[in-house]
Amino acid sequence: MELSYSEEERAFQQEVREWLADNLPADIAEAGRAGDGLTKEMMERWHALLNSKGWLATTWPVEFGGPGWTPVERHIFEEECCRAYAPRIVPFGLSMLGPVLQAFGSKEQQDHYLPRILSGDDWWCQGYSEPGAGSDLASLKTRAVREGDHYVINGQKTWTTLGQHANKIFCLVRTSTEGKPQEGISFILVDLDTPGIEMRPIKLIEGGHEVNEVFFTDVKVPAENLVGEENKGWTIAKYLLTHERTNIAGVGFSMQALEEVKALARKVKRGGRPLIENPLFAARIARAEIQLEAMKITNLRMLFQAQSQGAPGPETSILKIKGTVIHQELRDLARRALGPAAAPFPGHVSDGNIVFGPPDTAHNAARYFNNRKTSIFGGSNEIQRNILTKTMLEM
Amino acid sequence: MDFTLTDDRRMLKDTLSRYLSDKYGMEHRNKVAYETPYHDPAKWAELAELGALFALAPEDKGGFGGQGFDISVVFEELGRALCPEPVLGSLMAARLLGAAGGDMEPLLSGEVIHAVAVDELDAPYDPADMAATAEAKGDGHVLSGRKTAVYGGQAAQVFLVAAMLNGKPALFEVQAGDAQTVTYGMMDGGGAAELMLDATPAKLLMADAGDALADAQNAGVLALCSEAVGLMEVTHAITVDYMKQRKQFGVPIGKFQVLQHRAVDMLTEIEQARSMVIKLASELDGPEAGRFAAMTKALIGEAARLVAEEAIQMHGGIAMTWEYPVSHYAKRLVMLDHQLGDTDHHLGRVIEGYAA
Repeated sequence: MELSYSEEERAFQQEVREWLADNLPADIAEAGRAGDGLTKEMMERWHALLNSKGWLATTWPVEFGGPGWTPVERHIFEEECCRAYAPRIVPFGLSMLGPVLQAFGSKEQQDHYLPRILSGDDWWCQGYSEPGAGSDLASLKTRAVREGDHYVINGQKTWTTLGQHANKIFCLVRTSTEGKPQEGISFILVDLDTPGIEMRPIKLIEGGHEVNEVFFTDVKVPAENLVGEENKGWTIAKYLLTHERTNIAGVGFSMQALEEVKALARKVKRGGRPLIENPLFAARIARAEIQLEAMKITNLRMLFQAQSQGAPGPETSILKIKGTVIHQELRDLARRALGPAAAPFPGHVSDGNIVFGPPDTAHNAARYFNNRKTSIFGGSNEIQRNILTKTMLEM
Repeated sequence: MDFTLTDDRRMLKDTLSRYLSDKYGMEHRNKVAYETPYHDPAKWAELAELGALFALAPEDKGGFGGQGFDISVVFEELGRALCPEPVLGSLMAARLLGAAGGDMEPLLSGEVIHAVAVDELDAPYDPADMAATAEAKGDGHVLSGRKTAVYGGQAAQVFLVAAMLNGKPALFEVQAGDAQTVTYGMMDGGGAAELMLDATPAKLLMADAGDALADAQNAGVLALCSEAVGLMEVTHAITVDYMKQRKQFGVPIGKFQVLQHRAVDMLTEIEQARSMVIKLASELDGPEAGRFAAMTKALIGEAARLVAEEAIQMHGGIAMTWEYPVSHYAKRLVMLDHQLGDTDHHLGRVIEGYAA
């Protein structure tokens, strides 16, 4: 057993830390700290900065433009990014479609799309869920019918994150209704400028706009946009989901939240004393910190396993379940600590200059509500438990 | 023993229930709750006409209720409809004016909206810690300090303000026109104000208002907890209904035992919450009102969070949307813990009682 990083890994950590200190724009880090969301321009600027350094496509093989890092190096990079309040990179092109094209795409698709993901020329979004197909994704109904050298798509996708910024969407579509539902699904690439596509915003619980509905009416898509074989899309979907699971525990983000909560509890007062001296509130922080400390090691153990076995196993579902619950608890504490000062709806205050809580806390209640999504998306925590029951308990 | 409502209260409950479901549906509610003035003045007047405010004061003060069960009936119905009208301020002001003596008619008729200002940023939840001060000036007094999260303060014409006078918490009346306010809409709908007092003229109502403030807070806690019971029951009902309708893997998700049991756990917590509210309502005018208020608010704080979070989780993404009612019920259930003392504050009060 050796829990610390090797000398080379520590040197790498130092290199990343210094580069971030010199290159992460202050306004982008500040937007991360305040939690009021990044603009499209900020996301694109950070994407371009990482690309120019060659640190953008951290999971891609070297031949496609990846940095060739080990899982531990990737982990160090993510940890340092969180520490510096660098934003999480938009994952749809880089972490999802990229690996899919590398494994299943044709040479032409790889040559065309992969460089455009790196350059930022294409912003991809995901067309997976439908109103009737959430946890039961295989029941999806959006139809793609082959007509000559095109597919014609009709149907609806939903929960399309940041679709408002995207110019392309990768979709799971039904190309056959015969056999098991999983056997009639295909994976296809669609240009969002194609006639017949309408994107509508979904307003979320806290008032924000990050997800969308996408409607397809007689949308003609060239047949060469199919990835892999027709009716074999489910295999691709499952492959993509394993890649969606990188950094699934979100340990770095929970470490950020823990530090925010502690700092906040030192500043705000209850009964004339700092809140952190209140034993009931302090016990809430302590419980969350203990869970997080254990999660750091659980995360590293699974990382180590992935490094030696080549791929993450089904036990990563544990990281999703526990990681999201810890983060949600910390976001609860950040809201709770504010007391009555959590009440204002950000942006609905008659005097925008008035201060309620310590700096960067105006969005604490909104962030708590928004973060309820993390135990629902990417396979709800209930679905993760089903996976664990099947794979680990073999029941 | 009898756990049924009296005929009068049953009628009041039915009247409010019918009015709110007819006139204050979810679409209207979301329209007025998140836009200035964060309530509906016309519907406020109609609610007052129906007796929603008269029910909050006893007959000898000009009302027709004023007991714990009158308060819980009114607020449970407001909760069921997720109504953002500033009734809490009226209730607490009625308790304070009742103790101070004075004309209650303008308040109970709904003509003059009152808001109660006690909390401060550095002294939330407990008037004992407050820093706002009063001093005598001419015939009256002037107040200084900032009062925070004054619920209904965006709509109020009169503020009842707690401030320290000669080392004791005193109660003052401040006209809205005399005070500088910053108004805002709240995360969960409805409005509030920050009261920026700077030698603001005020009329002294009570020089030693400690007991009256405690009583107003106990009544306020009863109101919020009754509201929470209404909110939780509706949230639970929508969730169970959805579980019966929503199909995944070829069956309604309500067929999955893991979800069934969690829905039952919600139900159990809601029943416990209702019981505690009944207890507090019966003790509101007794010597142990403070202790039972603390127990009730602590219990409801935890139950409300559970119901809100589980309702969202069991729905899945749909309850994360603005369009779906559960998201707004969940916000109210969670933010209610930030009013009149959170779970930890009231747990602390219960614990303090053990030392006595």
